[in-house]
Amino acid sequence: MIDAVKARLGSIWQLSMMRWRLFYREPGTMFWTFGFPMALSIVLGIAFRSQKPEPVVCGVLEGPRAVMIQELLEKSVDVRKPDVLSESASDAQLRTGKVSLVVVPTDPPTYRLDSTRPESRLAKALVDDALQRGLGRKDAFAPHSDEVTAVGSRYIDFLIPGLVGLGLMSSGLWGVGFSLAEMRTRKLLKRFVATPMKRADLLLSFLVVRAFSLIVELPPLLIFARVAFGVRMQGSIVVFALVCLVGALSFSVLGLLLSSRAENPQIVSGLINVVSFPMYLGSGVFFSTGRYPDGIRKVIDVLPLTALVDALREIMNEGTAFSPLVLRALAILVAWGVGSFLLALRLFRWR
Amino acid sequence: MKCRGLKKTYKRTGLAAVDDDSEVVAVDGLDLDVAAGECFGLLGPNGAGKTTTVEVLEGLLEPSEGDVTILGRRWAKDETYLRERIGLSLQQTFLPDKLTVVETVRLFRSFFKTGRTVEETIGLVALQEKAKAKYETLSGGQKQRLAVACALVSDPELLFLDEPTTGLDPQSRRMLWDVISKFRNEGGSVVLTTHYMDEAERLCDRVGVVDHGKMIAIGTPKELIASLGGSHIVEVQAEGEALAALLPAELLTLPSIHACKPVLGRMAFTVGELHVALPAILTAYTERKLTVKDLSTHSATLEDVFVHLTGRQLRD
Ligand SMILES: Nc1ncnc2c1ncn2[C@@H]1O[C@H](COP(=O)(O)OP(=O)(O)OP(=O)(O)O)[C@@H](O)[C@H]1O
Ligand SMILES: [Mg+2]
Repeated sequence: MIDAVKARLGSIWQLSMMRWRLFYREPGTMFWTFGFPMALSIVLGIAFRSQKPEPVVCGVLEGPRAVMIQELLEKSVDVRKPDVLSESASDAQLRTGKVSLVVVPTDPPTYRLDSTRPESRLAKALVDDALQRGLGRKDAFAPHSDEVTAVGSRYIDFLIPGLVGLGLMSSGLWGVGFSLAEMRTRKLLKRFVATPMKRADLLLSFLVVRAFSLIVELPPLLIFARVAFGVRMQGSIVVFALVCLVGALSFSVLGLLLSSRAENPQIVSGLINVVSFPMYLGSGVFFSTGRYPDGIRKVIDVLPLTALVDALREIMNEGTAFSPLVLRALAILVAWGVGSFLLALRLFRWR
Repeated sequence: MKCRGLKKTYKRTGLAAVDDDSEVVAVDGLDLDVAAGECFGLLGPNGAGKTTTVEVLEGLLEPSEGDVTILGRRWAKDETYLRERIGLSLQQTFLPDKLTVVETVRLFRSFFKTGRTVEETIGLVALQEKAKAKYETLSGGQKQRLAVACALVSDPELLFLDEPTTGLDPQSRRMLWDVISKFRNEGGSVVLTTHYMDEAERLCDRVGVVDHGKMIAIGTPKELIASLGGSHIVEVQAEGEALAALLPAELLTLPSIHACKPVLGRMAFTVGELHVALPAILTAYTERKLTVKDLSTHSATLEDVFVHLTGRQLRD
């Protein structure tokens, strides 16, 4: 009895070691797990770093009062020194967005703008302010302003938990789905099935290795984000790790499902792309899901990556532990995992 | 090991399947007995149904019809029992590229309750020097030997090898033959498939010749060769107006000639005594005004048995 258990564990251990060796001996997996998320966070972190507010850009149409208006606007810190433009140049620059607004120097001045563009509406407010004050309007009061740039509210703080979730999805789908399909093509699954190996042991070894590889997968990106951008973990690292674990396993099982019929790895790549691409864009990794219409959001909200990213973001940035949102996310991930597993059990081809 | 009336059909795939649900018959009613301690060889051309037969015996394919008993048991009931006791190598397996020889053998060893040690198994196929080399860096022959090592690691009672030496150089083949002979001499039974006559003659106690899914001859290599009636083969290629007049029936009346058959533009004679038959053949050709362009003789082999039975060469 004891011997049987020992033998079984030995077999799971050897299978897991196989999986682990194939993982770290493949240079490609190294790049996709470690290099890629870091590169992405560097590029996006720099592109969206917090900057001083940009002054608005406007132009002044030529005319007798144009120079006077140009001088008034020049004094405002909120408005960049405007050029005096001809009729045709002003039209062209307005259309292409080079200027957000054109001041026509009539008396009183006329503002020419496309009010559906937010930057044009902003320009109108700031230009109007500058001209009114310049021509003698008195403010009712002088307000104080209290500037804040809170750590945890920058774009990079938003991005990092998203990248963690994205990494968990890719490693799960590719690491498990692609590898299993490849083993089937190579007739390795068939060779294994021709031994007394328990089929569950092979699948289990994939999950075990996914779970353990989190230990080496997560810290580099988190430490890098901390050092390079000062991104802090506000919540509990344990809860964060637990959500990562559940997410990683859920995506692994989804990978198992996607690979369950495929004759060759190409078919699985196709399937993985079809499944992951909508989540890549829709699940709020790079920008908030709040931008989608309500109908679409209902669907997006139950996708596993949305649940995972929302939960990670809340734990990391808001510092919550098992909030209702986190619990709901865990439930969604478990549901996807269990559902995929049951379906994969029925569909999986071993030969 | 025993199988009776074995039949396996595959559904035709592709567009043709839409209006025509015909099937490919890969194995068509095959009977086979292999005694304990015996080495049995399945011989046949490409597509004969060797792999299909072996995979049904290995319990990897369900037979469409027929009955298979291995070590006195059936796959449906005693799969676990049987898996522990048979070893096999598939016609094509690609073991994991990035695993070393030791790691691969150790992995396979872990699946079995009992068996040899990893070192002993690697020694058996003489891969000690490559023990730490990754699979992707091995040569074709070394890969085959590793595949055989994975089959031997459980110290099985019955070994199935599907074309273990195809594509190997003579040295690697001889090396694998030694491994297989040793296994058999220690009391194991072997079923192997091959395209090579010399391999079957050297290794196998009995040989079955398969073509189009049917067993067309079965026996020891000696018996099969003896069934030709003569022990020499004479092949004659000739040219002349009256080539069509060369009737096999007439030639058969010549002394010491047991059979003759046109094969690939030549006439192949199965001959008992070379010194009697040869002058007679040449006279017969001269009488018919045929110029002999090429003449060769060799001792009969299994290849000739196959040619005699099917009128085709074993390898196309
Ligand atoms: N999965 C399959 N689906 C359809 N037909 C198949 C399948 N596998 C084999 N066949 C067909 O069954 C026949 C026997 O194939 P099999 O692989 O058993 O031949 P073989 O004797 O092993 O040939 P080889 O010497 O080339 O290995 C062939 O005509 C082949 O095309
Ligand atoms: Mg074959």
